[in-house]
Amino acid sequence: MNLIQSITSKVPTLPLFATSESRQASGAAEVKTSTGTNTAPGTGKAENKMRMETHDLSVHYGSTMGVRNVSLPIYDKQVLALIGPSGCGKTTYLRALNRMHDLTRGARVTGSVMLDGKNIYDSEINPVIIRRRIGMVFQKPTPFPTMSIYDNVVAGLKLVGIRKRNVLDEVCERALKQAALFDEVKDRLNSPGSSLSGGQQQRLSIARALAVDPEVMLMDEPTSSLDPQSTNRIEDLIHELKKQVTIVIVTHNMQQAARVSDKTAFFYVGDLIEYGPTNSLFTKPKEKRTEEYITGQFG
Amino acid sequence: MTLDNDTSINGSKEARELLRRPPSALYRWLGDRIFAVVVVMLGVSIIALAAGMAIVLYGEGSAALRQFGFLGFVSGTTWDPAVQLVFGAFPFLFGTVVTSVAALLISFFPAIAVAIFTAEYAPRWLAAIIDNLIQLIAAVPSVVIGIWGIFVLAPWMRDNVYLPIFTWAEASHPALLPILGNPMGYGMATATIVLSLMIVPYTTALTKDAIKSVPVEQREASRALGATKWEVIRMAVLPYARGGILAGAILSLGRAIGETMAVAMLIGNKNTLPFSIFGAGATMPSVIVNEFREAVETLHLSSLMAVGFTLFVIALIVNLAAAYLTRKFSIKGGQVV
Repeated sequence: MNLIQSITSKVPTLPLFATSESRQASGAAEVKTSTGTNTAPGTGKAENKMRMETHDLSVHYGSTMGVRNVSLPIYDKQVLALIGPSGCGKTTYLRALNRMHDLTRGARVTGSVMLDGKNIYDSEINPVIIRRRIGMVFQKPTPFPTMSIYDNVVAGLKLVGIRKRNVLDEVCERALKQAALFDEVKDRLNSPGSSLSGGQQQRLSIARALAVDPEVMLMDEPTSSLDPQSTNRIEDLIHELKKQVTIVIVTHNMQQAARVSDKTAFFYVGDLIEYGPTNSLFTKPKEKRTEEYITGQFG
Repeated sequence: MTLDNDTSINGSKEARELLRRPPSALYRWLGDRIFAVVVVMLGVSIIALAAGMAIVLYGEGSAALRQFGFLGFVSGTTWDPAVQLVFGAFPFLFGTVVTSVAALLISFFPAIAVAIFTAEYAPRWLAAIIDNLIQLIAAVPSVVIGIWGIFVLAPWMRDNVYLPIFTWAEASHPALLPILGNPMGYGMATATIVLSLMIVPYTTALTKDAIKSVPVEQREASRALGATKWEVIRMAVLPYARGGILAGAILSLGRAIGETMAVAMLIGNKNTLPFSIFGAGATMPSVIVNEFREAVETLHLSSLMAVGFTLFVIALIVNLAAAYLTRKFSIKGGQVV
């Protein structure tokens, strides 16, 4: 896929999709890769097909319940934001989507998570394969500190045994461009990944996740440790990325959820309280608790 | 809600008065001073102790060092306390370096494997058992290990390893015989094997600490890329822990260099080069422990002190190297934010 082409072809049609609300005004003016093209949620084109779906998904830690019976659809090439107060199960739910709980002692997952109609918790499914198809970006940037920028990006490819230099070079460049980091690091691909700033490190983590060409990208508060400028860049990036991948993002920042997502799910104490298109959830929430939360009355 | 003046956020009036009370003279002056003096004195006394030990060793050994020169002393190959009264420490330096380095090479990978197994693979109960057993090895007095070596390991190694190799070499490769040496069971090889057993606990414990301190984010990041358990260890855990692992290895080397009793009991104690693989040898600690009682000549005693001084210097270098390498290879911060 050629990102540059897909962006430039989108630019002229941009005004058709842009809505005034929930978008930064600067988006349409700039032409660079890092700016949002701002396809408005659910407007202008038909609803995408469903990519993932959870049915009655519950996660227990020992005897305590992390998430209770959550059923949610996740649509292809859209952004689903998970919002809610701390400790209410957003991250727990997110980590169930690529079987990260397999690694936690005492964590138990019930219910199902469907990816393209197949339950990823089926016994014949290899979680390693699932995690290659469903990438993840964490709260803290996690470059491998002993690896160069280049090696960080291609780490996932080396895992599957790709050693050909030209393939690695190509993927590295593509992923760094997708993560809007290429221009900043192209002259120092061999310096250590930990030499970058926090925001760059987070984009490096995103590039690394993108390099293995995932279909779904899970983001666990990807901007919570970043300054506002880096946060903006990552949000712009999410707008770009959703043309190619499906994104689920956990965020504490409701403005961020409103800015980047197409659908929003509100979690409270382990329960899914409300789910809907971001616009309507933020403008006319159906549940009282949702309204209280988004108007800042608790949490 | 109105706030009652008497019960503000700091609770009752009484509590507030206590909080506003100025600190007592004792608290401000005496206590602080006494504590500072005690801490500084203890801290300085450690430095003084180490420096004093070095000075005494150097002073006592200075007669020998003057006679032969430091370089002449550590490079001299003749150690003759009986007739010529010539003292060169090179055979012991050689024996120490060879046995310790070989012991580290033998034990390094098994120790790391054990650390990885207990830290990452073993169920908790099994890891606890293994950890305790390993600590037990470290707790066994080295004289006990030595006596086990004398009566169990050395004869067994002689009959099952050294002799077969020796007879094979005798038949087909006679040129190897001088390198192999006399397979009597007590010699460099046995001492090295026992040393490697004795340092496994240190390498394992320090490696395990280093592995345990790898942030969970690093492991999860590689998991999320589709790494298997081993790939997580190879990609995220070991590189991150490399500083600690290296430090563990070097500190184990320090233990091996200084180990005295078990080595003195098993190495065969031969003071002249050439040493051979199975044959007897000596190390710096072993020569000191074997000869200090018999050293009637002043120069002999002084030479033993000079050996001790050399050992002190080597230990210092090893520890400094460990500190330097740890700092150089440790991951500082890792995730900079």
